[in-house]
This record gives sequence, C-alpha cells and structure tokens, in this order.
Amino acid sequence: MELAYGHPKSLKPIQTKYCPGCGHGVIHRVIAEVIDELGLQGASIITNPVGCSIWADLYFDFDSVQPAHGRTPAAATGIKRVLPDHLVICYQGDGDLAAIGTAEIIHAANRGEKFTTIFVNNAIYGMTGGQMAPTTLVGQHATTAPYGRDPVEAGMGYPIRVLEMLATLGGTKYLARGSVNNAANIRKTKQYIKKAFEAQMRGEGFTMVEILSPCPTNWSMGAGESVEWLEKNMIPFYALGEVKNTLEEAAK
Amino acid sequence: MAEDIRLMKGNEAIAEAAIRAGCRAYFGYPITPQNELTAYMARHMLDRKRTFIQAESEVSAINMVYGAAAAGARSMTSSSSPGVSLKQEGISYICGADLPAVIVNVARSGPGLGGISPGQADYFQSTRGGGHGDYYHFVLAPKSVQEAADLTYEAFDLSDEWRIPAMILADGLIGQMMEGVVLPAERDLSKLPKRSWAVGNQAKQGRPINHVSSINLVPLELEASVRARFERYAKIKETLVRFEETQVEDADLVIVAYGTSARVSLGALQEARKAGLKVGLFRPITLWPFPEKRLAELAGKGKRFLAVEMSMGQMVEDVRLAVNGKAPVDFYGRCGGVIPTEDEVLAAARKILGK
Amino acid sequence: MTEKTFIAGFGGQGVISLGQLWVYLGMKEGLQVTFFPFYGAEKRGGVARASVIVSTDEIASPLVTTPDSAVVMNMDSLPICEDIVKSGGYLLVNSSLVKVEPKRTDLKVIKVPCNELAEKIGDVKIANMVMMGALAKVTGAIKMDKLEPVLKSFFPESKHRFIPSNLAAVKAGMDAV
Repeated sequence: MELAYGHPKSLKPIQTKYCPGCGHGVIHRVIAEVIDELGLQGASIITNPVGCSIWADLYFDFDSVQPAHGRTPAAATGIKRVLPDHLVICYQGDGDLAAIGTAEIIHAANRGEKFTTIFVNNAIYGMTGGQMAPTTLVGQHATTAPYGRDPVEAGMGYPIRVLEMLATLGGTKYLARGSVNNAANIRKTKQYIKKAFEAQMRGEGFTMVEILSPCPTNWSMGAGESVEWLEKNMIPFYALGEVKNTLEEAAK
Repeated sequence: MAEDIRLMKGNEAIAEAAIRAGCRAYFGYPITPQNELTAYMARHMLDRKRTFIQAESEVSAINMVYGAAAAGARSMTSSSSPGVSLKQEGISYICGADLPAVIVNVARSGPGLGGISPGQADYFQSTRGGGHGDYYHFVLAPKSVQEAADLTYEAFDLSDEWRIPAMILADGLIGQMMEGVVLPAERDLSKLPKRSWAVGNQAKQGRPINHVSSINLVPLELEASVRARFERYAKIKETLVRFEETQVEDADLVIVAYGTSARVSLGALQEARKAGLKVGLFRPITLWPFPEKRLAELAGKGKRFLAVEMSMGQMVEDVRLAVNGKAPVDFYGRCGGVIPTEDEVLAAARKILGK
Repeated sequence: MTEKTFIAGFGGQGVISLGQLWVYLGMKEGLQVTFFPFYGAEKRGGVARASVIVSTDEIASPLVTTPDSAVVMNMDSLPICEDIVKSGGYLLVNSSLVKVEPKRTDLKVIKVPCNELAEKIGDVKIANMVMMGALAKVTGAIKMDKLEPVLKSFFPESKHRFIPSNLAAVKAGMDAV
C-alpha cells in the first residue's frame, strides 16, 4: 500500500514552539514537502533570521546558518556563492527583510543571487512582542503604534509592498505572493515555492515567495479570527499571485 | 633570489598573499586608503573563478564573510577604520559562531569620518573585541610590506586552526607604500584543513546536520560556550605571542611601538645609539595576544618604557597593565593622521633619560 | 649607504612614477627600498609628493622628513623641499619650470632643464626620467648600469616601445650634471 500523506522527511517529527494559529509551522511543512519532492534534503541549507523563525533550525532536518538581524540575504549570498549546487533558502520575517535588512535584500535581489527568499509577512514584529513592522497596515495597532499606524500625523510611513518594489530589478526572476489562510492558498503557495526552488536549482536568478501569515498572539485575536482578519485586511492590500515571472522566458 | 622580489604596495601584497593562502571568497566595499586591495581582489579572484563581491556596505560584506565561512570557504574582507566600525556587528557574530575569517583594517585617523591619513587609534577597537559580548580575536600588526604579506598568509592558518577570526591591523602608510616583497607559495585548495563543522555536502559526507549559530538562550549553556572559548584564548596566550626586540638587553629605555610607529622608533633608536643613549625597541607583532609576559620580565630587569603610537595613547594602557607598576611608562603620540618623526621620538627619549 | 629622497611636483609630472621606478631600480640592484606617496582625495592636478629611500641596511621610518636629496619639479614645490633638505644635501631643481633661486646657501643646488631636454628627445612627459638620471648621477645611490633590462621588467609589454626614449632621457639627465 502506498503512503498518500505523511510527515515530510525534511522536517523533524517534533512539536514547534510557535503559538497556536501561527503560520510558520504550515510554511515550514510546505517547504519541507517541496524539498522532499525534489530529493534535496541532503543538499539544502536554510538561513534562519532573527525573529520568531530563529527557531527554524530546530525543526528543519538539514544544515542551517543563523545570521545577524537583517543580514540574512548577505549570509545567504556568501553560502550560495561557495556552494552553488545547494538549495539555499533565505527565510525572513517582515522586520528582518523590510526594515533592518532593506539594503541587503535589495542588493541580493539586484545581483540576481541564486537563492530563494521565503518572506513571511505577518504585518507585525512577533518575537519582540507586537511592534509596528514596515508591512503593518495603515490603522493597524501595534505596541509602538498604539493609536494605529498613522502614516501622516505621526509620520509612521506606509506599508511596503516588497515584491512590487523588487520587481523593477533586473536580477529578480520569480516573485510570487501566497498565503496560508486556507487549504487552497496553501496549495498555491506550495506551487510557488516549488517553482522558485526549481528555478534556483537551474541557476536562473533571484527568486522569492512572500507568504501572508497570521500572528494571532500579537494581533490580540483568536486563531480563527486572525485568519478572517488576514483575509479582510491583508489580502486586499497585498494582492496574491505571481508578481513577476520571467522563468518561462528563460526556459525558451 | 633577487628575481623573486616584487615591488608592491602593501594593499596589493596583502591581497596577493590572501589569494595564495587559499582565500576562496572576498567581500569588500570601497574606502580609502585600502582601495587597491579590493581592486586587486576583483581582478585576481575573478581570474581564478573564486568569489569576489563588491558589497552594498561594509555591514553586508562582513555578513557575506559569515555565510561563506559557514559554508567552509577561506573568507576575507578588508576596509579602513570607519568601515571596520560597521563590521563590528558581523565580527561579534563570527566570533560567537566560532567561524574562521580574515579581516584587514588599513587604518586611517578618526573619530567619525576623520581623515584618510594613517592612524593607530583603532587599537582598542581591534584588541578588545570591538563589538558586543565577551570575545577576542587575533590581531596582527605588520611593519612592512613583506610582513603584511606574511602575516596575512599566516592569518588564514591561525584562524582555521583556532576557529577565531584574525585581523590584520595595518595603517594607511603600510597599505600605500611600496617595498620589495617575496611572496609565499600558492596553497593547494584541495589540501586545506577539513571543516567538519561547516554546512553543505551533508548527504555526501554522511554526517549529522550542522547548525552554524551564535544564539543560545540558556544562560548556563551560553556561559559554558563562552568559557570554552576563553580556554582557547588562554592556550593562544601561552603559545602564540609574537614580538621583535632590537637592542633591548642593555637598554635603559625601551620604546614599545608597533607597525608604522615601530619603523619610526627604530630610526630614533639608531640616532640615539649614535649619541650613546641606551635605547631599545620592543615591537609587538601580535597585538592580541599582547606580549605582556615579556614586558613584565623586562620591567623586572629595571627597564623603563616609552610607548609610541599614532594615537592619543591606547596600546600604552596594555604596556602599563603588563608592567603593573614595576617600571615607569611614558607615552609619545601624534594623531589626526600625523606620523611622528624620528627626531620627535628621539627628543621624547632624551627627555625621559635626562640626556 | 642610505639615500633618503623627497620628490615633489604637480600631478601629471610623473612624480609618482619617478619615485616608483627609482626604488624598483634600487631593489633590482639588491638594495632595501621603500616608496611612500602622499595620498589624497584629489586625483589630478593637485600636489604630488613621494618619500623614497634606498639603502644597504634595513630601512627605519619610510617617511622622509629630513631628506639627503630633494627633487623640485615645479615652482610650488621649491619652498616645500628647500625647507626640509638636510644641510649639505642636494636640491635638484627642474630649471625649465623653476625660475627663482633657492634662498638657502648650505645646499648643493643642481639645476636640470628637464622639460627642455625631454622635448629635445621628443616627449616632454619624460622630463621625470631626465631628473632620475641626474639624481642617480649626483647621489650615486643607484648605479643604473643595467637600466634597459630593468625597464623591460618594470613596464608591461605594451609600453616597451617607449623604452628607447626613456633610456635617452636618463642619459641626458646624467650628462647634464
């Protein structure tokens, strides 16, 4: 009898420390499934960022490197240049990628570094306890935006659509935005990740998948409510789908 | 023999020595007075199909080193004072993750943007672990183009052996001047030390998975790892201290100086000896580990000391700590990019000796 | 033997190449050498200065503060060099461009019409080579007896066609003093 569905080999069979309703666990699983499907477990390296997913190396069953906050794309650059035949995954949150590491992600993308960035966007700082992120929506509350993100009066700026910004750069080949709010979107997200990983292994250029993910704890909601909030507020602003795909072009 | 000597700038000799030592990945960012080093690496690393990246910042460059070193490559970055300040975050992580790496500081004068002329005011930053946390790393101070090449070459081996980064602390004069240099032999990359702790090729090696990280939130575990590192530091202090002495045995006054200041002080010593003054020169080559034992020994023999630096007095504190009150320690320094002259140092020595 | 020389001129006069070639020749003759240019933020047209030392012994400070000889390639460099040369030292002056007399009387002043001699050979750009010939002759620090092969190893293949004029310039400088 064939096993139709089981625990991915690339993910250790242990319980995560993530909060109930957090998206990281699902995202980890989807990544692990794709790695298993591609048979790359023994040749994969993840850079796990500063943020909640700093613990990713406890769960993934392959090599990992933990860099300084925001420097994840710089470290991933160093790794991938030395080990070009490996699958290098640059896992980042919104604080790591879109605030402190803005320079690093833009230049890694522009150089066309051949790793894949998995950008988990939950519109909030998780590990430090609910501060405003660059992707926090206008009006959304945070410990450092107690009256809601106010771009004008309080000068808090506007939420950044990172993929759309990176799409202008010549080095980016595949940029897609998925979400883990329901099974259909999780399946789509998995397809995006698979396309990105395959393109990476062909050495095509910079690939990135942004994933909208709930943070019930720091959004001060229940798990179910947080999914609804994501659907009602995040998806309308951060449109799902492939933002840039020049892979077909390259394949011709 | 003579045909083996090449006339090179310090910056270029450092770069060529690094390539010959088996540097596989170099990451830099433009800053004067070390630009020739980055340009040399660009041409010659790319020629050899090795990794060269002009990074978007010094911060990125040192973190690329972190990644490349984690992946098992001999890795290097270079910069000058303000840029090295930016690298301190990365250096702290490299030390915390026990990675080997070589960092070159062709120092200029600060603070802030300061000037581009040579300086030695980065001594504290270099020798105290310039970033956050309890750590040290090798600091090697060349006095000539030849020694800049030799120490860079050795830095890769030291760093590999001890899994501690090694810094070459030169200055704008060492970087910009040209001297004759005999370069070390090219290393065979396939014969470099194995790195069982590095990431990559896990399946091929059939080993358990590796994590390169500096984080540990369990205080007792973190304490144990810091202590283990300090045990290595203690062994290094026992075995790897290096210095050079010139006419120290019969000297009444021993000048203590490193790098460019030591060159100037040697000139002052030669003049002093001509005038019958018993002046010696003690030149630390390893600034960390600092040659404190030998200085204490000399203090016990009744010598007095004059520290000469291109700063307002930084290494002099280590001399005083080493001497521990057993001998008087004076200081002469210039800063702001001014290089002291032999006459000035001689005058300072005369004043102390009362002659 | 230790010869400490200070060279000054304006950017573009070949002060840096003169200094580099001087120490390269010294190195090829088995001497200890050091060359230190005064590096700055400017690229062209500024002041160009270099400290060069050739010696039979280990060289102490690479910085020349009291030179045994100084080379003055233009007017602006005269006061700078005149100030620092040791008493009894050589002051080599490019008399094509420096039309005033040095004030100090304790120096051996050597006037070399570098630009004119270079132009006669056919290229004013080799005025620095004329000066190098003069410097070698008066100081005796570098023999320059194997100049041609050394120049061949100093310059890349693509510049070898300039070697004959460089040799002529050095000779003209030697003959002029």
